[in-house]
Amino acid sequence: MKNYLYKLYTICLLLSLTIFTISCNDDIEERNEQYPQLNPANTDANAGTWTPLLLTSPNEFSIDAPLATTTPAYFRELNEIKSYQANITSEQKRIINYWSAGGVLRWNEIMQTLVARHNRPPYQSPDGTYPIPSAANPFANPQFPFSNPPFAARAYAYVSAAQYDAMVATWHYKELYNRDAPFVVDTTLQVLIPRSPLPSYPSEDGALAGVTVEILKLLFPTEISYIQEKAEEQKLYRIISGANVRSDIEAGVSLGRKIAAKFISKAATDGAGAAVGNQTLWTQLETNAVANGETPWRSLDTPPRPPMLPLFGNVKSFLMTPADVISNRPVAPPSTNSPQFLEELNEVKYYSENVTRERMKIIGFWADGVGTYTPPGHWNQIANEAFVTQSFSEVRWARNMALLNIAMMDAAISCWDAKYYYFNPRPSQANSSIKTSTGVPNFPAYVSGHSTFSGAAAKYLSHVIPSRTQEFQSMAVEASESRLFGAIHYRSDCEKGMSLGQTVANFAITRATNDGAE
Amino acid sequence: MAVQHFYAQTEIDGIMMDKKYFCTGAIYEYSSWDKYWEGNFRRENLNLGTVSTQKIAINGNYGITNNLNVIFSIPYIATNASAGTLQGKKGIQDLSLTLKYMFFEKKLNHNSLSFYALGGLSTPVNNYVADYLPLSIGLQSKTASLRLMSDYQFGNLFATVSSAYIKRSNIKIDRNTYYTDQMHYTNEVDMPDAISFNARAGYRTKRLIAEAIFDTWTTQEGGFDITTNNMPFPSNTMNMTKIGFNGKYNLKSISGLSIITGFNHVISGRNVGQSNAFYGGLFYIMNFKTKVKPSQESKI
Repeated sequence: MKNYLYKLYTICLLLSLTIFTISCNDDIEERNEQYPQLNPANTDANAGTWTPLLLTSPNEFSIDAPLATTTPAYFRELNEIKSYQANITSEQKRIINYWSAGGVLRWNEIMQTLVARHNRPPYQSPDGTYPIPSAANPFANPQFPFSNPPFAARAYAYVSAAQYDAMVATWHYKELYNRDAPFVVDTTLQVLIPRSPLPSYPSEDGALAGVTVEILKLLFPTEISYIQEKAEEQKLYRIISGANVRSDIEAGVSLGRKIAAKFISKAATDGAGAAVGNQTLWTQLETNAVANGETPWRSLDTPPRPPMLPLFGNVKSFLMTPADVISNRPVAPPSTNSPQFLEELNEVKYYSENVTRERMKIIGFWADGVGTYTPPGHWNQIANEAFVTQSFSEVRWARNMALLNIAMMDAAISCWDAKYYYFNPRPSQANSSIKTSTGVPNFPAYVSGHSTFSGAAAKYLSHVIPSRTQEFQSMAVEASESRLFGAIHYRSDCEKGMSLGQTVANFAITRATNDGAE
Repeated sequence: MAVQHFYAQTEIDGIMMDKKYFCTGAIYEYSSWDKYWEGNFRRENLNLGTVSTQKIAINGNYGITNNLNVIFSIPYIATNASAGTLQGKKGIQDLSLTLKYMFFEKKLNHNSLSFYALGGLSTPVNNYVADYLPLSIGLQSKTASLRLMSDYQFGNLFATVSSAYIKRSNIKIDRNTYYTDQMHYTNEVDMPDAISFNARAGYRTKRLIAEAIFDTWTTQEGGFDITTNNMPFPSNTMNMTKIGFNGKYNLKSISGLSIITGFNHVISGRNVGQSNAFYGGLFYIMNFKTKVKPSQESKI
């Protein structure tokens, strides 16, 4: 009997452990590992005529004419490709597999990584104040940047906009110089990715690496080694795969760098560096609200944290002028003394006390708080996954990401303008019994940032892929409502934020219909 | 921040239920911390204040044979933060089932040496939120564990040493993209496994057990640290070393009824709260065999 039970027990135990080992296979297939190699349905051969965002013309910055494909020097470049291919390693195959999904796509994912990694509020000093990250001293504690949502919105916009201008210039020079791709010159050459019928000088991947590295160095100065490593991979991938010779890449890098410099000059003077404000300004905001008879916002953090980027509303955008921001400013929220305010506060209280599992899922899915890629990053991810199904060329992909991210940067500017113009308290400040299901952001409530970003992104993406309008719109509504469900926003914040976002997106859509791409 | 409810205190001991005896009871535990380790950095967080967890666990132990017991435990958990705005969570957490097999026992006069194998499974019984640390009630991971244990009794004194490997299944969270030390474009989270070690020694008679406990939990490869001012994440490395005291008294007046009580304190950790826990509970032994006096019949 004892023996029998011992066997039974052992069998049960081994069986259960085996089942577990099988069922919890730790290999997780991630969505972005399954993207196909980019093989554009339309090469957008005329994209050199599209209107750039910041460049005065596609040929504002010049590149040297390429070597002829009949020269010995070019022949040696072909040999470089062959020598790599003859000894290709599994790591090199991985790099090809990764980057061939698209350069704009992969750089955007790298951006999401950098934003998430740096999206952490500074830890307080012993005296209860908070140190401010400094671009001049980025490695100090706290490191620069704190990539909070406005910082991130602007960062995504600069990178995407500069990539777009670099792609338009690249397409211009491709047509101008019309140098054949290496596999056209040497038909015996192996090509490890889909063949592009376009001329290969300059390389779009070279230009993307050149322009993106320079802008990321500005935005994430502590990450330069990581960024360079990625750029080297991207350049190598083009050569090993037989898509470009080295001089295609180098011309692209050089062009990209020149274009980046123009965007970096704009960034230096767009007002973002001053958006933190100072104690005088922070006090003034409070005094103004009191003078208007309203309860002023105050930080719910302990120790109290200065408000996040109160002057971000003054940052100069790509599309909206400061006058546009003011003329589209949302109407005032319900006065903190009004019955409507109380009614909305009670609604928040209801959601605070009635957290269902379904609502908790919505709150968590859209929270995009500390340590994440932020709401603009979330919409970048949604856009990437949507664009993968569209087989866009790199130039069209860059253009759509640029306008999406400029719309979200405009959303950040307009939203932050409203937040600090009205300086409205959060629900938990107005009623301290309101407990939240997500962190309370450290800035005023009206209007909701998530709603503004989502309204803008869904509207622009619907313009790009009209068949998915309904889907994008319901995602935006869910993102917006998640803030009410989480008990950190009033209904007015969400609804007015959503409509502000849609208004802001119209600037990007108007531009989209006039830039030559449609 | 919250290590999964794993073995109830009473399971990792050198005590077996006799055949067809069933011991059941409930334990209430209050644990709290106001300091935690962010990686190796021990800090407070004034936006959380004191984070407390109250737990009521229903436990049972049935003697299939004198050498083979089946043990279950199911806890109800409620969390709370004394400061800040974040709402606590409450609910039933994970059901755990353990087969405890005493595969060797040697008695000599008043001494005895025994060896045990404990195979455990645990599974969440509902879809509670895991990705809401430090206030989620658990981590949603299914676990399978194997523990080997030895117990030595010398007169009224004893020592028990055991160690377990805990295999943890991947979990699914509500987000479909998240950052650990890199981006992940999936809602699945790879949960690192863990090793548990437990040593306890003290005084043990049929009437009274009084023991000191040393316990460690060490996350294996695959975890990562909480970065400064970041939120914790279910797959963080969560290590802790605890010391504690446990007592059990079998009442004279009501045969079969016992009282347990104890406390433990985290002396070092990584990505966990430095908690102090106090607990107390009542257990009753029932006999499904014949109408004889319980407790006297079961070993100790």
